[in-house]
Amino acid sequence: MIEFNSVTYIHPAGVKALDDITVKFGQGELVAIVGANGAGKTTLVKHMNGLLKPTKGTVKVFGYDTTQQTVASLSRRVGVVFQNSDHQLFSDTVEHEVEFGLRNFGFSHEVVKQRVDWALRFFGLNEYATTSPMMLSGGEKKRLCLAAVLAWDPDVLVLDEPTVGQDLLNKEKLEQIIRLLLTQGKTVILVSHDIEFLWPMQPRTIVMSRGKIIADKPASKVFTDDSLLAEARLIKPQLVELAQRLNVGDGEVFDNIYTAKKWILDRFRCA
Amino acid sequence: MPKIIEIKGFTFHYAGSPRPALTDVNLSIDDGEIAIIAGPSGCGKSTLLRSINGLIPHMYSGTYIGEVYINNLKVSEHTISEIAKHVGYVFQNPENQIFMFSVERDIAFGLENLGLPREEIKKRVDWAIDLLGIREIMHRAPHEISDGQKQRVAIAGVLAMKPKILILDEPTSLLDPLSALDLITTVKHLHDTLKLTVIVVEHRLDLLVSIADRLIVMEDGKIISNNEPREVLKDDRLLTVGVGVPSIVRLRHLLKDACIFKHLPLTPSEFVEQINVAQR
Repeated sequence: MIEFNSVTYIHPAGVKALDDITVKFGQGELVAIVGANGAGKTTLVKHMNGLLKPTKGTVKVFGYDTTQQTVASLSRRVGVVFQNSDHQLFSDTVEHEVEFGLRNFGFSHEVVKQRVDWALRFFGLNEYATTSPMMLSGGEKKRLCLAAVLAWDPDVLVLDEPTVGQDLLNKEKLEQIIRLLLTQGKTVILVSHDIEFLWPMQPRTIVMSRGKIIADKPASKVFTDDSLLAEARLIKPQLVELAQRLNVGDGEVFDNIYTAKKWILDRFRCA
Repeated sequence: MPKIIEIKGFTFHYAGSPRPALTDVNLSIDDGEIAIIAGPSGCGKSTLLRSINGLIPHMYSGTYIGEVYINNLKVSEHTISEIAKHVGYVFQNPENQIFMFSVERDIAFGLENLGLPREEIKKRVDWAIDLLGIREIMHRAPHEISDGQKQRVAIAGVLAMKPKILILDEPTSLLDPLSALDLITTVKHLHDTLKLTVIVVEHRLDLLVSIADRLIVMEDGKIISNNEPREVLKDDRLLTVGVGVPSIVRLRHLLKDACIFKHLPLTPSEFVEQINVAQR
């Protein structure tokens, strides 16, 4: 669905932000992109809806070369929610913010009304429908950006640091949405530092460092590789550290607290 | 222990808002504590911080009932700039805070505003730069440094004012995991060497609980829990409030009918230690 072929991107200032990237994202995949600040994660994401075009190489989205497409037409299929909500929000009210994309993509009046209503309710923003987005808290702004993109139902959803400023309940809600989208065959790409959030979803994990992809493998392989973690400035999820300290054994991991519970109850006889 | 922060019967209702943001809050924090404030979005955390650094009532209008004392000063009776000498506030996004054309100039900015003599400013900037380990970037522009370094510059700028209290609003949320861990280690070190009182607002507790003396949990404008972190996290009802309880603690709650642990484990190593004890 999205294909990077030997993509290099050099910033106007001369910095090489992406260095010969070749990678594919398929339908129905959950992919996490991790790595240090400045590794090139956001630059990579900006190529997915054509906001940036490669200096060298090609990016194809559903078969179309992004240099031949507008950002608007690419966005219809690849919805990106950026890290800084303030750069994304511009409407006078919360409701209009969600409507904007839907109207631009030519949905009928009824569908627009229905989708806006659904999105605001789902993200607990309906009581702010007529409020200015600038009056919202950081966490609420983030949810509004997500609501606005999900409302037009793109095939690929790209979320850049979606958990920043979100409390546990909203993170749980976000995880539910991601799982729901995956069951619908959508592709979800997450850029995140929030290891504890990513771990239970066991995504395919792409590790970036200095503009290159240094690993592309299942989460269970990335987060048990000490030298890779150090190189990418990552730390282990608590459950990985626990499994190692309990000597759970080769290749076996606790992907969530329930598998950990089962393993412990099978082996330990507690007082 | 002298109280560095003392809040008594405090209610604040923003002008034009349908309900109070804080209701009858009572809180005292000892000099030299590290306290975490946690709670779901909209629980009143930001309002509480604004009441401590004086933005409330001096910048935000509303109904103000009760008393807030910082280092024995009644916040409502002192200007924001006076309070700023006692309370250093580091924003979530350091880009909202650092703006000068070099790191060094940025750290000097607050001191120039205090009207300090040139020599004193130079001395304090030097001191803060070494304290945060940012000498090698002191001549760079803020846009040339990493996010973790920006966070350090913001902290240096605040500490140069020599406050007694350091407030950090979600300081790690924009940092990669290792930089987040480094920052927390630095905060602990600053606390130990400068005898600071540190207040951190954070959703994620996994990296922070082991260095904190106190965990304050808020919900709907009230403090619902306020104690040593291990005591607070013992209560598994916290999960339904929306606090980012570490996975290790959640696992321990799952096992509560099967295993009796002497202490609540906060980290994987404590967990393994506890379960080995429980087995004997």
